[in-house]
Amino acid sequence: MDKLAFIARRLLQGLAALLLIAVMNFMLVRAAPGDPATVMAGESGAADEVFLQQLRERFDLDKPLPAQLATYLGQLARLDLGTSYRQQAPVLDLILERLPATLLLTGSAFLLSLAMGVALGVWASTQVGTWKDSAISVLATLFYATPLYWLALLAVLVFAVWLPWLPAFGYQTVGGGHEGVARWLDIGHHLILPTLVLSMFYMAIYARMTRASMLEVASQDFVKTARAKGLPPGRVLRAHVLRNALLPVVTLAGLQAGAMVGGAVLIETVFAWPGIGRLLFDALTQRDYSLLLGTFLVTAALAVAFNVITDLVYTLVDPRIELS
Amino acid sequence: MHINRRTAIAHSAAIMGWLAAGIPITAAAQQKKVLNIALFPEPNSLVAGAGSTGPAQTVVGNLYDCLLRFDENLKAQPQLATEWSTSADQLTYTFQLKKGVKWHDGKPFTADDVVFTFDKFLRHYQPRVRIAMGSVESVKAVDPHTVVFKLHTPFPAFLTLMDASSSPIVPRHQLADADLTKPLTVPPVGTGPFKLKEWQRGAFIHLEKNTDYHMAGLPAIDNVYWHIIPDAASRAAAFESGKVDVLPGGTAEYFDVARLAKLPGVEVTTKGWEKFSPFAWLWMNHRNPLFQNLKLRQAVLHAIDRPAMAKVIWHGYATPATGPFNQRTPFYTSKTTQYPRDTAKARKLLEEAGYKGETIRLLPLPFGETWTRMAEMVRLNLTQAGFKVETVSADLPGTISRQSNWDFDLTFTFVYQSGDPAVGVARSYVSSEINKGSPFNNVGGYSNPKVDELFAQGAREPNPTRRAALYAEVQAILADDAVAGWLLELNFPTVYRTKVTNLVSSAVGINDSLGRASIN
Repeated sequence: MDKLAFIARRLLQGLAALLLIAVMNFMLVRAAPGDPATVMAGESGAADEVFLQQLRERFDLDKPLPAQLATYLGQLARLDLGTSYRQQAPVLDLILERLPATLLLTGSAFLLSLAMGVALGVWASTQVGTWKDSAISVLATLFYATPLYWLALLAVLVFAVWLPWLPAFGYQTVGGGHEGVARWLDIGHHLILPTLVLSMFYMAIYARMTRASMLEVASQDFVKTARAKGLPPGRVLRAHVLRNALLPVVTLAGLQAGAMVGGAVLIETVFAWPGIGRLLFDALTQRDYSLLLGTFLVTAALAVAFNVITDLVYTLVDPRIELS
Repeated sequence: MHINRRTAIAHSAAIMGWLAAGIPITAAAQQKKVLNIALFPEPNSLVAGAGSTGPAQTVVGNLYDCLLRFDENLKAQPQLATEWSTSADQLTYTFQLKKGVKWHDGKPFTADDVVFTFDKFLRHYQPRVRIAMGSVESVKAVDPHTVVFKLHTPFPAFLTLMDASSSPIVPRHQLADADLTKPLTVPPVGTGPFKLKEWQRGAFIHLEKNTDYHMAGLPAIDNVYWHIIPDAASRAAAFESGKVDVLPGGTAEYFDVARLAKLPGVEVTTKGWEKFSPFAWLWMNHRNPLFQNLKLRQAVLHAIDRPAMAKVIWHGYATPATGPFNQRTPFYTSKTTQYPRDTAKARKLLEEAGYKGETIRLLPLPFGETWTRMAEMVRLNLTQAGFKVETVSADLPGTISRQSNWDFDLTFTFVYQSGDPAVGVARSYVSSEINKGSPFNNVGGYSNPKVDELFAQGAREPNPTRRAALYAEVQAILADDAVAGWLLELNFPTVYRTKVTNLVSSAVGINDSLGRASIN
């Protein structure tokens, strides 16, 4: 019951935050120069006043701002995210079309980066003062500092052009006619390169964080006690050091998980991965207000959900922590 | 006859081998011809008219046929219209329509569809058609396969609007009752060589062959996949990795085009842009007192090194401009005042203009790396001539917004001159097109009643010789007045694999050519 009450309370707080985010985003996007009509006029190569006025009337952009905000909030109350100006389709449908691709990519990258990062961090903490520890630190710094966009292009060049091992772009082999297991294998094949690239940056962070946290916990008195009691080193590492060292990593992972969904836009762009990050970026450059706001709201909602999940994971990692 | 096991196995293997050898041949014969093309940005809609963006028109033109096509010499060719005639006074245009043409949903194409397209549908959606229909008194279906347009004023450019660049023909039975003020959510139904099979937003558009196409034996390609790839470097990599067969003009950076052109089995063509005649120049904001000074405007023109820009930034895929008309635009004349690069002269003119070092804001076009470098080169050239220039950055909507609201001193633009000065040039220089809210009208704000009159006469004059004289005069005036910083006549090279043949067969290129292309 405590857990359920906690979740309910956090979700209510989340809803209030989402409402505030919705209003703030509404005002912010309209502060940027240009509107959907401007963009479509620019792309058509032949706009006149009538054309622009038609577009503005079609998108209700000719109405006063408070009226537009009221319409938007009324739609939200009905769980209606509106219609995309540009794509002329319901925003919710467009987001739901793209969300699975992003969740697949970011989920895979998240798990890989966490698993590899923690493993490398743990190993590095046991190799302090050796060349192995230095190598991991240097690699972590390298992957942290290297721009993701550049790394992605380099990966495409090496693994898709020079060594044609992996696909250069896309989610699946278009026109390949794959079905069932073959289709999933094909998607998996396309997933390898973008997942590896996206996970490098986060793996570097988790590796460094885990190493530092492990070293800090390992110097604590209770660990010395455990060793003094004659417990095997492996058991001390897993049951005593790692378990306690994971808390800051869990905090960071929870924050990163939410950010990853919207922040995968660079990877989605380079690999033409049809995810929500790209949808958001396209909506921004096209000033597709309703799609932009809908995407912001959904990614914010995911961030709220991930925060709640993170808090729940804490209690699994450390039973001493109470939900309150 | 006794056949032992070993013999049976050997014979069976031989038979299987023979069969297996045959299978690839059979499979090859049955293998579908597939063309993969890169596309960006993603179209907003594939319904003709509603799909108004450049990329949308690239796809739409292969879904919807038009009355005419234009070859590379801008000569009209039949498509849905088999014959056409113009009355001696150029006030009546009669089109005979092809019989037996069907829409993708099987319904018959008739003259009523053409009437609906021009009189209602495109009049609403297409600014160029809307302007042209201002000259039209009536458009009527005389019989199911004859359409007559009656004009109240001659408009010699009228026929140039009858192709994929302006007027795809739409089905009356599908759209007659549609509320054109609301988003159109119907599927695209055309008479073109391809039908829409699937559109996975953010990923690809799949067109399949229209097996009932009205031209026997066409299309030769079974499936076309348009891959939505947002990043230019990724598009180049996709081509190089073999997953994409065609990079249409504008989808690859010029330094990539130069590199990809050297690969085996790759060809590059600059054909397919004759109707568009893309032209890049610098708008000078005539509302700014600095640019009201002729000598200062002349100084801008003399400062810029167009040949170097064409060679270095555009890798040779551009031609230095010589005046306000692209050389491929009808009625172009070279007999206008020229402004070759002369930094010393530019400095002298600047001094004579009384320039005191005021900062000039230069607004580039955010269309990719080539345009960024072009802006940097212009800034450098102007600085060398003594101008003080500050580059102002904005994304695409921000840039369009600034241009539309005249919030700039110098800004880049590139426009299509669309095959006739009345359609694609006049709007850039006439006073009636000085209106906020559009980046494609007279953004610079230049106003000259003589120029207005010449363009108006040119639009109505039926005699080609007199028309040429009118446009020659207007070009001379615009050049003398140094109205804008004309830069380059652009080429947008299409990069494609040698196995693709007849890829470009009209003056609008891939936009309506895929029905005639084939793959070896």
